[in-house]
Amino acid sequence: MSRLQKWFWGLALVPPLSVFAVWGIWDNAKLFFITLLNGLTLASLYFIVASGFTLVFGLMRNVNLAHGSLYLLGGYVGYIVAEKTGLFVLALAAGFLVAALVGLLMQVAIFRFMQGEDLRQTMVTIGLSIVIADLLLWGIGAQVHQMSAPGWLAGPLRDIPLITAYSKYRMALLPLGIIIGVLLWLFLNRTRVGMMIRAGVDDRGMLAATGVNVNLVFAATFAIGAGLAGFGGVIGAVELSMVPGEDVRLLLASLIVVIVGGMGSVVGAALGAVILGVAETYGLAYAPTYSVVFTFVILVMVLAFRPRGILGQAA
Amino acid sequence: MKKRTFVRTLVGAAVLAVFSGVAYSQQTVKIGLLSNLEGPFAAGGADGMRGAELAIKQKNGMAGGRKIELIKASSDAKPDVAVNATRKLVEQDKVDIMVGPLSGGEGIAVKEYSKTQPNITFINGSSGAQATTLVNPSPNFFRFNTEGAQWMVGLGKAALDKGYKRVMVIAEDYAFPYSQVQGFMSEYCRLGGKVPVKAWVPLGGKDYASVIARIPKDVDALVVILGGADAVNFLNQYEAAGGDKPMIGGSITVSQDVLNYKGKRRDSLVGTIAGAPIADSFDAPEFKAFVADYQKNYPVSAGGYPSPSLFALVYYINMKAALDGLDAVKGDLSGGQAKYREALTKMVLKTPVGDVRLDSNRQAIGTTFITEVVKDAQGNLSNRVLRKVDGIDQMLGMKKEDFKMGSRDEPNCP
Repeated sequence: MSRLQKWFWGLALVPPLSVFAVWGIWDNAKLFFITLLNGLTLASLYFIVASGFTLVFGLMRNVNLAHGSLYLLGGYVGYIVAEKTGLFVLALAAGFLVAALVGLLMQVAIFRFMQGEDLRQTMVTIGLSIVIADLLLWGIGAQVHQMSAPGWLAGPLRDIPLITAYSKYRMALLPLGIIIGVLLWLFLNRTRVGMMIRAGVDDRGMLAATGVNVNLVFAATFAIGAGLAGFGGVIGAVELSMVPGEDVRLLLASLIVVIVGGMGSVVGAALGAVILGVAETYGLAYAPTYSVVFTFVILVMVLAFRPRGILGQAA
Repeated sequence: MKKRTFVRTLVGAAVLAVFSGVAYSQQTVKIGLLSNLEGPFAAGGADGMRGAELAIKQKNGMAGGRKIELIKASSDAKPDVAVNATRKLVEQDKVDIMVGPLSGGEGIAVKEYSKTQPNITFINGSSGAQATTLVNPSPNFFRFNTEGAQWMVGLGKAALDKGYKRVMVIAEDYAFPYSQVQGFMSEYCRLGGKVPVKAWVPLGGKDYASVIARIPKDVDALVVILGGADAVNFLNQYEAAGGDKPMIGGSITVSQDVLNYKGKRRDSLVGTIAGAPIADSFDAPEFKAFVADYQKNYPVSAGGYPSPSLFALVYYINMKAALDGLDAVKGDLSGGQAKYREALTKMVLKTPVGDVRLDSNRQAIGTTFITEVVKDAQGNLSNRVLRKVDGIDQMLGMKKEDFKMGSRDEPNCP
């Protein structure tokens, strides 16, 4: 971005947002800060799901539109495990593992045969997402499945300055999202496997020539990406409950996050998630009727001026 | 010889008449049933289907001497999806009678579509927006259930009796909740209650944290008009955020599908008052018989609720109207169903919650219950009757010139 562009965007965005912030705090400080917290915690959930999407979509150029179905699957598995065992941590692990396994199967059985064929991948995964959603509807039904938060996270956190009380569980999402983000970044940028993934994305043939089993690396990446969707599903099953239709919602959110943030970048996904989460919650709090519009205005702006996303690079 | 021919002809004619009569009575009537099996009302919609099927089962699948063939379709509470599903039933499956849809916005859209199909009779499912029958009513759309505003008559007074002088309204942003809020507020405001804040949230919005943050300190109670998954999410998130204000429920906020969703029971709901066309503990023998029949056909082990939900009852009522109408005309749907429609218009329908008549817009005039959530010995939550109001029409007892249809800003008493 040139210096001129930076100045332009600085002038176009910073003054109106700061005016809004000052007015918001002056008008009702409690509402303003609770909404900020709501936005950040929602962003955390979006980030966990979208980071899996960005791994698969951005790094591996695999268009997996069944990502939302993996979220739904993970959520239901988590619900069932939690009901049977009563252990939330086990539910999280089960949601992650089952989704990762299904993701692995998808990579081995489907994506391997259509490497680089975007349109075919898109069509096949749309089909898969419909099949998975209908199988889940058939097997589990359409009722709302509301998972309970584990005992130590149930109820409100009281006596916080300014905002008095806030849901413990929701608060816990914030550090969780940050931890997952940092781990993912370290994994991709500081470990040998992470290096291989990045190298494979840049030049698959060259990586294979150095003696690395590229298929294995990609399968592992896909499994992790899918697992993150399942993991997000278990988290979402507590906060937002699980019901058919959630798959599409989270897929759309992940797409927006990845498009706004920039494909294939963990930091970009985090940025995109924060922008989406904050825009959605502020929209709902201050202009509920138009809340949907903000999301798409952001999307339009980004596509118009930064078509590769805010932190995106040329493929 | 001549005589024999005559006799033969006579016998032949008689046989023909008998046979054609048999053929006529064996000809099936196709009824299309539209409910929601997806989206925020998926659970309630499934119960609506049970209610409608129960009405057919009670008649052993026959009405007016003809066999009933039921063709089902599903929508997801979106008007365009509901119209597409209705089109499919009417234009591809060639149903004679339509029963449905489930929710307010869908009802308005299907009513508009019904005008393009004047030879088919449309009977409502459980949709309860005022506008469906109040604004540009369709000559072939009938609604044998009372609607959202009628369901709230009496609740405003009940809220004041409980000492709730200031309330905040949290409702979904579409036609049905507008009607419910209008039904509640027109009475509540008239009697001196105040509603400083109204929050309209998107249907299926899921995340209510922002709305919860806006609840002012100085209100006595919350009027929560959310249904299905939305109600469950709101209650869960409100509790987790440390909320403790008492609630006043919309008709589908504390229906059986919400009281019995999968997960932890919400004991915090005990004491919530609401207005609805159904009350679990209503003790009229007709209602008890209906509940017993429902429980026998759809035990909890087979996916039913401990007690039929609002959707089951209302779909039952509308399907029963469709079948009783067929009985009245002995299955005669000829002449663009003119006789059938006349029978429906004049009918006094016996329902489990009392008799229902139609007004000139083909909208039901009927009974509403003011209820309170209680917990029984087995830990099940159900609705107890506080008060029963009979003969409520769509004007809610107001004069025509005083009546204003509900919208985001109407009524208003901050």
